[in-house]
Formats: sequence, C-alpha cells, structure tokens
Amino acid sequence: MSMATAKPPAVAGTRPDGARPVFNGEKIRADFPILTTLCHGKRLAYLDNAATSQKPRCVIDAVTRYYQSQNANIHRGVYSLSEEATGAYEAGREAARRFLHARDAREIIFVRGTTEAINLVASAYGQRNIAAGDDIILSAMEHHSNIVPWQLLCERTGAHLRVIPMNDRGELCMDAYEKLFGPRTRFVSVVHVSNSLGTVNPVKEIVRIAHSHGVPVMLDGAQAAWHLPINVQELDCDFYAFSGHKTCGPTGIGVLYGKLNFLEKMPPYQGGGDMIASVTFEKTTYADVPHRFEAGTPNIAGVIGLHAALDYLAAVEGPEMLAHERDLLAYAQQRMAEAPGLRIVGTAADKISVISFVLEHVHPHDIGTILDGEGVAVRTGHHCCQPVMDRLAIPATARASLAFYNNQADVDQLVAGLRRVLEVFA
Amino acid sequence: MSDLRELYQEVILDHAKRPRNFRIMPDADHQADGHNRLCGDKLRVFLKVRDGKVDAVSFHGEGCAISKASASLMTETLAGKTVAEAQDIFERFHALLTSPVEDDGAAESLGKLAVFAGVREFPVRVKCATLAWHTLQAAMAQRPDAPAAAVSTE
Ligand SMILES: Cc1ncc(COP(=O)(O)O)c(C=O)c1O
Repeated sequence: MSMATAKPPAVAGTRPDGARPVFNGEKIRADFPILTTLCHGKRLAYLDNAATSQKPRCVIDAVTRYYQSQNANIHRGVYSLSEEATGAYEAGREAARRFLHARDAREIIFVRGTTEAINLVASAYGQRNIAAGDDIILSAMEHHSNIVPWQLLCERTGAHLRVIPMNDRGELCMDAYEKLFGPRTRFVSVVHVSNSLGTVNPVKEIVRIAHSHGVPVMLDGAQAAWHLPINVQELDCDFYAFSGHKTCGPTGIGVLYGKLNFLEKMPPYQGGGDMIASVTFEKTTYADVPHRFEAGTPNIAGVIGLHAALDYLAAVEGPEMLAHERDLLAYAQQRMAEAPGLRIVGTAADKISVISFVLEHVHPHDIGTILDGEGVAVRTGHHCCQPVMDRLAIPATARASLAFYNNQADVDQLVAGLRRVLEVFA
Repeated sequence: MSDLRELYQEVILDHAKRPRNFRIMPDADHQADGHNRLCGDKLRVFLKVRDGKVDAVSFHGEGCAISKASASLMTETLAGKTVAEAQDIFERFHALLTSPVEDDGAAESLGKLAVFAGVREFPVRVKCATLAWHTLQAAMAQRPDAPAAAVSTE
C-alpha cells in the first residue's frame, strides 16, 4: 500500500509518544446511545458513517424537548410559544452560519439535505444564468446528487456537462481541469470530499481557478462538514451544501450556503407560504433572502436538532479529534492490508476516513452479509457513484467509513469479520 | 451467525466459483439483461426454445455468490423443461425464498434448488437469488430477434 497516511499506527487517543490521552474516545462514545446496541447478539461496530452519522443524546433530547414543550409554527403567531419556536429556528440559522464561518446569517438557507441544496442552485441559479450551448463543469467522482440535477438542467436548457478526470488513485487531474474552461463555461460544481474514495479535493485551488475565469463554484460538502473545519469565506466558494444527518444531526434537514449577492439575484425555488412579501391574484412579491427560498412550514424540529449537533461538533472538533481520525484511518488501512487479496480503492495522498475496498474472488455484497453477521455495519455497492465504479472498472466496492466515535475495537472487529469472509470463501 | 452456513452452502459456493453454462450464446433466440441496482449485479440470460421446450440456456455477467450460483443452478434445472414448467418452478422457488414459514415439502419438490432455502433468513438477498429468474422470464417473453429485453430487481 502506498498510502501517504500509513505512518506507524499510534494508539488512538494517545500522543505519538504514548504519553497522555488527548482525545477521550470512551467519553465520546458514551454520548451515542446506539453504540451500545447489539447486532445479531454481537457488539455493534458501526462503520457506515459516510451513509449517515449516529446521533448524540443531546440531539435526540433537543428534538424531543421541542415536540414536548416548544412545538408551534414559526413566523406567524403572535403568541409566545410561536415566538419561542421562531427564535429557536433562527438561532439554528446563526449556528449554521458560525459552523461554516459565513459572513451573514442570511446566507444560510435550510433545505432537506445536500441533494435539495444542489437542486435548488441548479434550478434557481441555472434558470437565469445557464442557456443552450453553455458548459457546466463537474468532476469524475461526483455523487449522483451532484450529477443528475445538472443533467436535468442541461435537458431543459441545452447546456452541456464537462467532467474533470481523475487518476487511478482517485485524485482529480488539475491540469485537465484548467483546460476545460472556455468562453461558454458558466458553472463549476465539485465534491469537497468523495464519499466513495475518501479523497479530499483541492477545493480552494478549484475555486481560485474558476474565479480567474469569472465562473462561480458550488461545493458539495456532504462528507467534508464533520471531518474538516469549514470556512466558506476562506474557500471563497459561491455555494456550499451539507446534510444534517451526516453531521450528527437529524434526517430531513440540511444547509445551503450562498453568497448574498448571488442569492439576492436568484428567483424562488418553490412557491408557497413564508416565502412571500405580499400575494394577490395579479402579482406576488417575494420575501427577502433567505426566506424566499424556504417555502412552506420548514423542518423546525430538524433545525433545532441540527443546532444541537453543530454545537456538539464544535465542542469535540479540534486538532485532537482530527488526529484521532487520522490515526484510526492509518491503523485501519494497515490492519486491513493483512487480509490476503484485499485492495483499497481510493488511495489519494489527501484522504479522510473512507476506506473502499475489494476482495479478490468475493463480491462486496457477500462481504457485507458476512460482516453483518459479525456485528459490523459497512456499505456495499456503488455508493451512488456509478461513474466512479465505471472509471475504475469495478462493479462495486465494500466501504468502511470511520467517525470520531469509532475506536480500534471497531477496526479489530472488522478485520476479524474479514477473516471470516475469507474462511467462508476459502 | 449460526445461519451463515445455511446461506453459503457448499453447493452454492461451488456454483459461484465454477458457474455451469456460463457463456455467451451467439445463436440464442431469446435473451434479456438483468440488473440489480442495489449491488451492481448484471447478468444476461440466453435461451433457445424448440417446440415449447428449453433447448439450451446459458448466462453471463457479474454478480455476487448468491446471484451467480442461482443463475448457474437455474440453467441446470431448466434444460429440457417446457416454458410452463419453468414458470411453475420459478413460482415455487420464489415461494421458498419468501414464505414466512419453512415448508419442507416445497423444498423437496425443488430438488437442488432447495439449497437456497437459507436465503429466507436474509431478506435483502432475495433479490440476488431471483435476479436470474426474473431475467429468464423477460427473455422468454421476448419475441425472437428483438433486441435484448431488460429487467431490474429494484
Ligand atoms: C458526497 C455526497 N454528496 C451528496 C450526498 C447526498 O446527501 P443527501 O442524501 O443527504 O441529500 C451524499 C450522501 O450520500 C454524499 O455522500
């Protein structure tokens, strides 16, 4: 294995010199009730964090508390309960602003998740700014949710997709990227961290190059948001999206960040209540940003849960957590390499803790079933990245994706499970 | 897990490793593609029907152990059967995989195919075990010489 990260494995939670614990993994694990669940009578090793993260008790409690004692619709009642709910909802917006280091809370739009955020931009921004013959640049490692909305836009407008190629390690070819720009390039949308390969893309450079051609950039931060500190002002991206359920928050809530000057020029995405200033049958005027993009009763409980999740992440995030994740990734890749015939797919120099792999002569689906029997939850399949699988000429992979609440015992259980797979298929 | 061996029976592993009738049949008069989107399994079933009977059947493609073994055993089972018999076997096979209770009689009547009874304990794998059969149905329904029909188990 030629992993840049494959340094001698430090014991997770201790300094490289072995001196004193700097990341209290056991205390963190105790925050997640589901981690004590048994699976087929075995300890649960949850290694499908790229699909969705587990929820700490504080998030579960915040959602429960809202429904038990704060539930009311927002932005409409003059009674105090509604005012309280409105306050909690808008406080969530401020929390998301802080989390992304955005300049202004009006740049935060609540959506269902990354998928809806991308659809919103493709639809509302695309409608005014992209026409027949224009080019939209994506990368070879996009999730289907950052491909299909743009394809739909292309079908409606007659625009074309251009694709940044990647090498066999799963790194984008930046020379080729630069050559894709032409006079008709109108938009770039790229994944920050790949969910199938773990690659951390050089997004700051991607934005810089696009801006030098006067082209705006959207970043899909679904996988990045809870692994890396995100600063949208430093990245200078024009749009950024992430999902609550992949950042320790509830399902059905996500965030779209957009620079104010872009959002202000965009038409509404959906029509309904809450997004209007005034309505008559002749003409409707729209509310200001961000409410213009939040038609109907929003996911209030989701925002409140997300707020709790982002506060929780802010408390645990830091150099120690990043070091723990990095050490665990190195440990996992080293231990997995013990399994004969195992090949890791996605070996970028800069990657986070997503480990896609294939085993010679064993289909990923069979790996998944046998690991499940051992209490190990991994994802198998194409991970909503069929073009990645086609590019690498494999039908599917198995994928173990780690979180800060995983530990060496989880990895050891995975490795023991892989041994069982090899026994069955010996 | 105690029933892992129930799922990965020796016969299944053997057919997965050395699938029978695993070849492209250039002169087939019926063929169809089957696709299991969940796991990426893709296979094509080839068929020659003479006088209402399966004269030759083969398959080709990529898949997990369960779908490959199922396709392989399907081709062995079908040789010489009438189209109606094939349909009947599929219906009983499907019932074996999905019925809530074990039915030893049904399993016995299926001969070798009974090795798939363990799949019942793994509901997400039923699609793998039935992919070849759904594809076979599409192939049989296809008019000779039309382009390959396609089915998906999603
Ligand atoms: C990289 C990436 N982008 C987008 C998405 C879509 O996120 P959601 O399903 O939460 O909208 C995912 C989730 O699987 C993802 O991993």
